[in-house]
Amino acid sequence: MAQKEEKLVYERPHSLAPVVTNYCPGCTHGIVNRLVAEVIDELGIEGDTIGVSPVGCSVMMYNFYNCDFLEAAHGRAPAVATGVKRVHPDKVVFAYQGDGDLASIGMAETVHAATRGEKITIIFINNAIYGMTGGQMAPTSLPNQVTQTSPYGRDVTTAGYPVRVCELLSSLDGVAYLERVCVDSPKNIRNAKKALKKAFQTQIDGIGYSLVEVVSTCPTNWGMTPMDAFEWMRENMLPYYPLGVYRDVVAEGYANAAEAAAARAAACPIAMAENPQLDEIHASLPSKAKVEAAQAAVPGVNAPKEGGDR
Amino acid sequence: MAEKVLMKGNEAIAESAIRAGCRFFFGYPITPQTELAAYMAKRMPKEGGTYLQAESEVAAINMVYGASAAGARVMTSSSSPGVSLKSEGVSYIAGADLPCLIINIERGGPGLGSIQPSQSDYWQATRALGHGDFQMVVYAPSTVQEMADLAYGAFDIADKYRTPVMILGDGMLGQMMEPVELPERRTELPDKPWATTGHGNARPKNVANSLYLVAEELERTNFERYERYEQIKATEQMAELVDCEDADIIVVAFGASSRIARTAVRYAREEGIKVGLSGPSPCGRSLWTRSPQPASMQRPTCQSR
Repeated sequence: MAQKEEKLVYERPHSLAPVVTNYCPGCTHGIVNRLVAEVIDELGIEGDTIGVSPVGCSVMMYNFYNCDFLEAAHGRAPAVATGVKRVHPDKVVFAYQGDGDLASIGMAETVHAATRGEKITIIFINNAIYGMTGGQMAPTSLPNQVTQTSPYGRDVTTAGYPVRVCELLSSLDGVAYLERVCVDSPKNIRNAKKALKKAFQTQIDGIGYSLVEVVSTCPTNWGMTPMDAFEWMRENMLPYYPLGVYRDVVAEGYANAAEAAAARAAACPIAMAENPQLDEIHASLPSKAKVEAAQAAVPGVNAPKEGGDR
Repeated sequence: MAEKVLMKGNEAIAESAIRAGCRFFFGYPITPQTELAAYMAKRMPKEGGTYLQAESEVAAINMVYGASAAGARVMTSSSSPGVSLKSEGVSYIAGADLPCLIINIERGGPGLGSIQPSQSDYWQATRALGHGDFQMVVYAPSTVQEMADLAYGAFDIADKYRTPVMILGDGMLGQMMEPVELPERRTELPDKPWATTGHGNARPKNVANSLYLVAEELERTNFERYERYEQIKATEQMAELVDCEDADIIVVAFGASSRIARTAVRYAREEGIKVGLSGPSPCGRSLWTRSPQPASMQRPTCQSR
């Protein structure tokens, strides 16, 4: 009798640790966490990746992945990621943040990491509510949206308007790639994964800052079933937060964010001026030998790639 | 023979830190620590290091957190109101057991206060910044030479005990010039197997974290940390007494004001008054929580006047 050959079609990504998460049933964090892990696996960068988890529902992410991780203070993930990336410019550094973390308490860090063109990748979960603390109004809560702290609906006359993060960041010169996606269907999940992979690749290729915004749900605090939550998201959030690419300097014909920034500043004499002093510094620094020399001073960086037990 | 140069205290700290192997500086402009950041901005690019002017004091200390976790010798500098803003980050750095150097070139408070020299942050520094359950090593120099020496050694103490270390100077020490002998360049730095460098498929993952949802786990980390603090108190405190053996009165002072106190004690002795000088600086130089001088130096028989 012929043995039927076993064919494995689906398994847990290696970079995702075999642990139970703290996410509520039906929450999109689980999907996005997995997509990020799949991307890390497919790019073969687990050993070179350092993650930064935020304060919020994904605060325990450092337990969910097998790569090195830092837990940041509320809103500070881009600053923490900046510190790591400046020490290890050849490593892949990503931060994963919710809307309160990224667009409220951490807005300054968000905007400035982007405008500095930090070569980091931000994954932004926008579900228009503070999940972990029990459903308060977020910077991205929609007008008239009822939350614990907007019990009569978000009153724009007193609470103002939601922040559209991709649109806001698209004006900044350090930004290389911005896309807003969602994960409510197999098709959109595949598209979200494509965007995440592109964001990581943008960093690896040194093109500039990258961010993927995932329009998400919070069934628990929205008080809906997961399927109803997706329906509400499609009806209300997507018109306010349209999906799509908000910046892609490569698609615009530039090699990187710096080239795109120079094109924007073409009429500004000082911005376009020759700067031999900076040229000299740049020439002396980013060479691979120099980076390796600097890292020799940071023990543990040049650990062997293969053969270890972990 | 080491070179001797005339430098401002702020600059001496910066140069000494570079010589100690610090290649990462994150800061935000504030008076009167200005020269320190300016010096770093000029020198770091030439040393293959990073000077980054952060968007805020808050961001700067969190960049320090990231760079320290990544294994680098890293520092930030500020003055009183800016140090208050860094409090949150320092607490996280302590909680994640990360080494770093924080410079506070004090000015007057409260609020925006003044830009005049002050020792107003003594309590904040020695009870540790931020919220709850940690302490930090605090050095209080009184000369430009001490600023250079302490900045150099601070990185070793920070790395050895995996703790934030503060140098508590003031606007007078930071801005005045004195001859200073600069330390030799460090050629070897300590290994940091705990650093989040990317595991390179060669070791278990490393995590920098201060969150423990299980109370017993948090308690265990805090007990462990306080054992380290006890070890620091027992072995690392520096102190010295001046004319205290027969003293009826002991003046306790630190920082720039201790230099005035030292002169006052000398004048008093000349008049036959039995006065001594104690405290962390210039006699001692290290401050530690709850006691400005080591327990072994305390003289319960002294009467305060």
